[in-house]
Amino acid sequence: MTTPQTAVTARRPSRMTYYRLALATVGRGVFNAFNANKTSWVGLAIFVVVALLAILAPVIAPYDPLDQNILYRLKPPSEAHWFGTDYYGRDTLSRILWGARISLVIGLLAIGSAMIIGTLIGMVAGYFGGRTDLLIMQVMDVLLAFPSLILGLIVVAMLGPSITNLVIAISLTAIPPFSRIARAPTISIKNREFIEAGHALGYSHIRLMFRHILPNIAPEVLVMGSLWLATAIRVEASLAFIGLGVNPPTATWGGMIREGFENILDSFWLALFPSLAILIVVFSLNLLGDGLRDAVDPRLKGEE
Amino acid sequence: MTAFILKRLGFAAITLFAVLTIVFFIVRVLPGDPAMAILGDQASASALAALRVRLGLDVPLYQQYVEFLAGVLVGDWGVSMVSGRPVIEEILKVLPATIELTLASLVLGIAVGLPTGVWSAVRRNKLPDYLARIGSLLGLSFPAFVSAVLLLLLFAIQLRWFPVISSGQGDGLGDRLRDLALPAINLGLIMAAYITRVTRSAMLEVLNQDYVRTARAKGLAFAVIVWRHCLRNALIPVVTVVGLYLGILIGNSVLTEIVFNRPGLGKLIVGALNQRDYTMLQGMMVIYTLIVVLVNLVTDLTYGLIDPRIKYA
Repeated sequence: MTTPQTAVTARRPSRMTYYRLALATVGRGVFNAFNANKTSWVGLAIFVVVALLAILAPVIAPYDPLDQNILYRLKPPSEAHWFGTDYYGRDTLSRILWGARISLVIGLLAIGSAMIIGTLIGMVAGYFGGRTDLLIMQVMDVLLAFPSLILGLIVVAMLGPSITNLVIAISLTAIPPFSRIARAPTISIKNREFIEAGHALGYSHIRLMFRHILPNIAPEVLVMGSLWLATAIRVEASLAFIGLGVNPPTATWGGMIREGFENILDSFWLALFPSLAILIVVFSLNLLGDGLRDAVDPRLKGEE
Repeated sequence: MTAFILKRLGFAAITLFAVLTIVFFIVRVLPGDPAMAILGDQASASALAALRVRLGLDVPLYQQYVEFLAGVLVGDWGVSMVSGRPVIEEILKVLPATIELTLASLVLGIAVGLPTGVWSAVRRNKLPDYLARIGSLLGLSFPAFVSAVLLLLLFAIQLRWFPVISSGQGDGLGDRLRDLALPAINLGLIMAAYITRVTRSAMLEVLNQDYVRTARAKGLAFAVIVWRHCLRNALIPVVTVVGLYLGILIGNSVLTEIVFNRPGLGKLIVGALNQRDYTMLQGMMVIYTLIVVLVNLVTDLTYGLIDPRIKYA
């Protein structure tokens, strides 16, 4: 039975239909990127395993990461302690598993927020163009001129080391690159016919940007997100190594390497295992993002 | 050309001014009273007040700001709050060690990265290409302090080929080189990873061009085509990346200097952070900004040397 009302809904898609369509656009973009380069799947698989280990840390870690056992300190790897014990007799394996949570949480929150803020800034700059664009990008370039580790160092030193402040510091260094990433495709999309049609229909700038441009640039931004997540985890570990990480005794990989470094002459495993952990995570993310980027970067298209 | 240089200099000046302003205000927001940090919390109120006057902290903020900008211009960067010596003197004392390290790693990075990238592009999708791609991806996955610790473990502690601590001021040339070797290898290999990747992709683009086919058709040796004709055209993106990489290199040199306990800007800035030496911090930020702006300028000018078609309009 057709009523006039259903006919109207058929012409104007409902809110849900819109979200499904937008999601499909983003999903298709990311999925195509994955299939263009198989190494991305390998990177993703490794990263998923790491993320699972981090989530399950409270269940699978053999010991409490903070439990000190003075009688059993600086022991080399053994059956009871696979990765040995540290200066306070804490189990290195358990600390690495718990440390993964810190690295991932800080990295994901920092890059998530940088992605949202940076994309917004870049989209606005690209969409409006002209003076707005010039001004915004000039500011971003000045921010980019700061070496990111130094900027992070100053901000954390200023605010004090805590998870929130580390997230702020790291996301601050990642906002300018995301604004650049979002700006370029926005400029090319805003001249396409469907945006012009939107203007003709009297759609607002906000609606055009968020409903019509954002879903189209999202795959590109998401793909770069994985590469920047790798950088964020690296920077967090570097800050912790310098002594600006989440306060001890919380287990962080950078902090563990810092402590291990003090005993490096006789207990090399303390620095070695967390080093390998960082390397595996960062490498898997680079593998993932690198393959994906080849697929979405228009300059490299047609190369394979 | 002159107009271009003037324009770039103007832009550099604006950047410098903006960053200096940010630096000034960031450093002022650092929590903790610097006078108390120097004298300790047992100091009397009058001693604290006297020190604040001596450090120029008693005047209004805008006056401090104007004095700071004027000071930067004439090379008066204030006096370290901890050592009492001029900041610029302390920085200039360790700057050569950092420059030495950076240049050595740059040379190493280019020497390893450029040929590897070219080779990888020419042997595309063959074994050498896969090895180079995985190797370089691995190289840029290393946080600089992780690779530094691993190098230290292997070459200085297990094999004892190099000193564990590189003072950076050995007597003879041999000593200096031995001190420099591990830190430079550490930074150089990471740099090589970046250069390899960008050289490879730039070369791939160039190798597909028509003039390469023409050159081959007229019987030019492939090696000549690759090294003389293609590489020169592929160098522009490489130079860009090397310039952009500077920010990462600065961060990495801080970490490397800490691991190898080598004097330089890195150790100076971490020390200044720990001691809340905010005039020193301010000076460090100024010198880093100067370096970044200068390198960007040099990068821009290098384009013209590599590619005569760039006219600097």
